Amino acid sequence: MSLSHSARDVAASRTQAPHTSMFVRMLVRAAVLRRGRALSALLAMVVAAAVTTAMLNLYVDVQAKLRREFRNYGANIILVGRDGASFPANALTQVESVLGGRGVVAPFALVVARTSDGQPVVVAGTDFDRARQLDRWWSVSDWPSAPQQALVGVRALSLVSPKNQPFDLSFQGHTIHLTSAGTVRTGAAEDSRVYLSLADFISWTGVRPSTIEVAASGSPEEISDIMRQLEQAIPAADVRPVRQIMEGEARVLGKTRATLLAAAALIILTAALCVLSTLMGWVFDRRRDFAIMKALGASDRLLNGFFAAEAAVLGASGAVIGFVLGVGIAAWIGRVNFHAPVVPRFSVLPFVLAGSIVVTLLSAVLPIWLLRRVQPAVILRGE
Amino acid sequence: MFARLVYESFRRQKRRKLLAGAAITLGVTVATAMIAVATDIGDKIDRELRTIGANLLVTPEEDTLDVEIGGVNLKPPSDGAFLNEADLPKIKGTFWHNNITGFAPMLPVNVALRRDGATDNLTLLGTYFAKRVSFGKEEFTTGVRSTHPWWKVSGAWPDENDNDNSRDVLLGERLAARLSAKTGDELTVSGRQLHVSGILSTGGAEDDQIVAPIALAQEILGKPGAVRRVYVSAITKPEDALARRDPRSMSGPVYDRWYCSPYPQSIAFQLQEAIPHSHAEQIRQVAQSEGVVLTRIEGLIFLITLAALFASALAVSAAMATAIFERRAEVGLMKALGAGKLAIASVFFAEATLLALFGGLVGFAAGGLLAHQIGRSIFDSQITIPPVLLPVILSIAVVVTFAGSAAAIRKAVRLDPVFALRGGL
Repeated sequence: MSLSHSARDVAASRTQAPHTSMFVRMLVRAAVLRRGRALSALLAMVVAAAVTTAMLNLYVDVQAKLRREFRNYGANIILVGRDGASFPANALTQVESVLGGRGVVAPFALVVARTSDGQPVVVAGTDFDRARQLDRWWSVSDWPSAPQQALVGVRALSLVSPKNQPFDLSFQGHTIHLTSAGTVRTGAAEDSRVYLSLADFISWTGVRPSTIEVAASGSPEEISDIMRQLEQAIPAADVRPVRQIMEGEARVLGKTRATLLAAAALIILTAALCVLSTLMGWVFDRRRDFAIMKALGASDRLLNGFFAAEAAVLGASGAVIGFVLGVGIAAWIGRVNFHAPVVPRFSVLPFVLAGSIVVTLLSAVLPIWLLRRVQPAVILRGE
Repeated sequence: MFARLVYESFRRQKRRKLLAGAAITLGVTVATAMIAVATDIGDKIDRELRTIGANLLVTPEEDTLDVEIGGVNLKPPSDGAFLNEADLPKIKGTFWHNNITGFAPMLPVNVALRRDGATDNLTLLGTYFAKRVSFGKEEFTTGVRSTHPWWKVSGAWPDENDNDNSRDVLLGERLAARLSAKTGDELTVSGRQLHVSGILSTGGAEDDQIVAPIALAQEILGKPGAVRRVYVSAITKPEDALARRDPRSMSGPVYDRWYCSPYPQSIAFQLQEAIPHSHAEQIRQVAQSEGVVLTRIEGLIFLITLAALFASALAVSAAMATAIFERRAEVGLMKALGAGKLAIASVFFAEATLLALFGGLVGFAAGGLLAHQIGRSIFDSQITIPPVLLPVILSIAVVVTFAGSAAAIRKAVRLDPVFALRGGL
């Protein structure tokens, strides 16, 4: 009595339930009833899609990230006045307008001055704030902050100011009185120079900058484009690339990207195989469902369609969740390693989506294809 | 009985065992290859970074200040101290000699170029191009062609090895354009007849100079064996807190660790020890920036290796879980016959161990091959796997296989034999 009562209830609730096709219901029930295995299949898919997304994102972004690191090497373009001539006063602003914020610029002016006991020493005038941004490898004890303060190279120090006392330098009869704010050590020519602020330098010597160093960021094409524009904007300048930096950068970027590609291929392959084995196990496990459907008269087309639809849904939802996760992983790697997040590339999504669906379809259709000739009765009997 | 169970399981279920074994092999292959690449990437990338130029500079200890603007030295040429060319091969006798990829001595001298009755004052730079040098029994070739690989020559590099009195020189490209000289021309420089064997393009100060074998520069200067400075290219490790410490303030073991690490500082220190009356220093632009770039690339590859390890662990676990899940009926039978949980679990774990060891061995070999291929195709050099890695990889494989099987085995063992045998859920 109670049984028929509840059966009637179920029947009543069924008639009131929104009409869904048998196909959709089968899909949903299959996922709900075996949620353990369905979840593990979905999990495998999500992880695979996430890892793939992260690798693709990194692969696309790593060039830009590494190029930024390479700007630690300083200038990759040098402008030199033709035949040692100085630049006009507006040259620096012209260079900056060509760059449009895509890099750092620092002017340098050089003369040979004499110390009070007549020794020659190279004195350079520069903009300390800019030099500091451009030449990040300079090891400076204290940057000058006031006029008449100099930054003295470690080797020049013993010549001009051995006891760190104020010193005089003279150039063509003009003398400047300086104090040493700090020392600079680079292991190169800078060590034997004395650096002044450009304002002090020009008012003392009257010599304007004849070298402008530019650290431009961008791809090789963008940089050669910048060089062409600089040549047009400042005809008085001889624009030269710093070849060793450019070549080294290109080589290292190329090799790193190739390594990354190899790693990405390996990881994506492993992830795809993981999905394949999990899903195939899942579908294979449900050969009884398959057999029942077949025994009830389902056509091969319907069966294929059912398992394919199931696989496609799994693949698509796994891909979308995995994409979000993967973008997160890539951003995290960017933050940890490059101190700048990797910008998500939505152009990657279609590839991940298509790849996921292909892999899931493959892993669903393969077992079905293997089982298609088997009689339902054999499977149902449990052999 | 136990051994027979395991043996028969392998004999009769070849397909399943092959599938699980293949998954383990693949996982271990990927893991081994990535670990090998990750451990070697620093070295490989550093070799590529050497294209940017030497990272160490050796100068005479008592040198006077350089007065140099735009590559033109205004200091009287005979002024200041020199290093002795005969001491240079000792660079290859330092502790880190295998990390030193090359060195190039430099000797700039001021020369007068006579042309059409007019005199032009120029700098002639004496150096090694690809000089054969021997230290002890070891022979090696070094010079600007390895330390300054961005120097490009149209024409031929002068040969400094067979002919000591070679008069072949390179002409900087801007200088050549100014003189409208070309390959094959003869120049009269400081009373000597020189032959231009090629035009040199560097993008730097050398474009305005004459570059010659060092013997010629020494002859013009009148100081045989004199060297003004030496550029040394060395594979280094990014500096850390230890590297920056002053070696004089270190205690014994710390000093040994510092001395035996390829920091720019410790290699410079050893160069200074090797070459009498010298001062060696890192060229910070190259050495420091290299450290930054290297750290980033190494970090990236390390993180990616973690991802690869994770992915392969997951693949192995998934394959194992599937393989065990398929064998519920067997578990049911064993239970029905009175096997305890422990007995059943140990059969499965023994199988997993065998699979892991076998797959691990094959995967290790395959991973080695793969790493070798990656090294050859990307870096044109060998990536070798230290054999020490084998036990590590094998134990990781066993642990991952165990972990992957554990959940599935637990589930299988818990299942009521009746359900398992009936083939239900």
